[in-house]
Amino acid sequence: MNQNPPNTIEVTDLTVAYKDKPVLWDVDLEVPEGILMAIVGPNGAGKTTLIKAILGLIEPAAGQVLIQGAPYKEQRRLVGYVPQRGSVDWDFPTTVIDVVKMGRYGSLGWIRRPGKKEQQKAMEALEKVGMSDFAERQISQLSGGQQQRVFLARALVQEASIYFMDEPFQGVDAVTERAIVTLLQDLRASGKTVVCVHHDLTTVPEYFDWVMLLNVRRIASGPVEEVFTDENLRLAYGGRVGFLRERRAAQ
Amino acid sequence: MTSSQIEIQLIAIITAAACALPGVILVLRRMAMMSDAISHTVLLGIVIGFFLVGDLNSPILIFGAAAIGVLTVSLVALLERTRLVKEDAAIGLVFPALFSIAVILISRYAGDVHLDTDAVLVGELAFAPFDRLIVFGRDIGPRGLYVMLGILLFNTLFITIFYKELKITTFDAGLAAALGFAPTLMHYALMSLVSLTVVGAFDIVGSILVVALIVTPPAAAYLLTDDLGRMFVLSVLIGALSALSGYWLAYGLDASIAGSIATMTGVIFVLVFLFAPDKGLVSSARRRTRQKWEFAQTMLAIHLFNHENTPAASEESRFAHLREHLRWEDAFANQVVKRAENAKLIQRNNGALELTDHGRQHAQITLTN
Repeated sequence: MNQNPPNTIEVTDLTVAYKDKPVLWDVDLEVPEGILMAIVGPNGAGKTTLIKAILGLIEPAAGQVLIQGAPYKEQRRLVGYVPQRGSVDWDFPTTVIDVVKMGRYGSLGWIRRPGKKEQQKAMEALEKVGMSDFAERQISQLSGGQQQRVFLARALVQEASIYFMDEPFQGVDAVTERAIVTLLQDLRASGKTVVCVHHDLTTVPEYFDWVMLLNVRRIASGPVEEVFTDENLRLAYGGRVGFLRERRAAQ
Repeated sequence: MTSSQIEIQLIAIITAAACALPGVILVLRRMAMMSDAISHTVLLGIVIGFFLVGDLNSPILIFGAAAIGVLTVSLVALLERTRLVKEDAAIGLVFPALFSIAVILISRYAGDVHLDTDAVLVGELAFAPFDRLIVFGRDIGPRGLYVMLGILLFNTLFITIFYKELKITTFDAGLAAALGFAPTLMHYALMSLVSLTVVGAFDIVGSILVVALIVTPPAAAYLLTDDLGRMFVLSVLIGALSALSGYWLAYGLDASIAGSIATMTGVIFVLVFLFAPDKGLVSSARRRTRQKWEFAQTMLAIHLFNHENTPAASEESRFAHLREHLRWEDAFANQVVKRAENAKLIQRNNGALELTDHGRQHAQITLTN
């Protein structure tokens, strides 16, 4: 990783504000290709906002985002997105396989309907996340972990090269967490780049190889072993150093 | 039946179907009350259109009204975006404002034309057959029938063509935007569709009934199915059924047709709400009761299983003991034992309760799961 591989995501001077209250101040971010990256920071640090601004879901006040050298709008097909599980209505009248097929809508474009090919890809993705038995199930009957797997399957069928995931481990059971980690590692092994908003600091070194510490401003960003330091964590989390003490005790 | 009776029923059914289609998406987007707002404010569009062209039958009125409908939605969104007003309050602020302007305009300048506030609220379905569409000197039927047929066709086409886009922007607007499906554009397209439907329909059935036809059938259909496509079909059927039964209710009571149809949408909704096979109130209550008894039987089986072949077995399996250890009332314990016996989970042996093979298996499976 020392040969300076090309950056697949390049964010410069990104500032996002709600009214005149800045949520992200002048954030720079470079993500090299083929890594698993965690974005961590306290509540209200702007982690989700950063992802949404990169994907053009929020209009930034200033700054630039380049995905493989071009603006996101021209590179949509390269990017997969897993929103927070809680951001959708799971009582929506539809089935698991139908939700997974939505991941294909981008490459289908307007008006064209999903067909056999989409059905097949969706089934394969469900297989990968261990949910093929649930294909025809109503989404309202799923547990939290199953919902997350469905969202991941939906991202897989996007066949993207860069994935943004908003808290994929949020509220899932241990089995699902393992399954997701394996999936992320498979993605990395096949050369994809994955950026996750992540909450659990204790698992950062185990699951990810890069990390960004964010608290409205960028505190640090780089390989976990270099930037995931007590010093940076204190900068990002302020006075809440309980975790640091635990970490030291563990060492 | 006279031909005008048939015509009225046809118009009612087609109007109901046309309203139910966009209604499904509004209900799923939790925006049902927006249709209430639009159904009132379009009046302003009609009035302004009327002042511009001086003809109540001009198609300009429909476009004027649809434009005001979209304006309503934009104003609500604008107010909401200030974050000083919540969405429901914003709706409550915008629509009376626009509606009252329309009411003042009508009462001040249009008092002598056929445009009065009563007709706006409840419509005049009964008079619809008198307004004929004449093409090349030939009477081809009531005008309202053709207007609504056109709107129904348009709604069906729109929803069929943009089915996938409507689905993803409704279910997950974030992903839809990331994939480039322009949720805001879809939102305004849908709102134009609703406005257009409301304008066409409210001329015939009035603004209150329009809301009943847009919101109630989809709300009922939602309780009957878990499939979006089926929800559209069921909504149309429920709307049509309300229209038909409402017409005959009005006939029997010699009362307002629009009011009776609105009433029937409500009656059908209540029936579905109570008796829907899966989500209805009655079946959920039944399910809960059944689960309560099943759970108690399982608890009994596990209790007996845990004490089987232990020194305390004979003690623990006494009926009287259930009250003490499981803290069951006598009557309840009696019921549970009887049900468990019927289900062949337990049997009585000299006053003691013992597990059958089936019961033992049941306990084991439950414990290992």
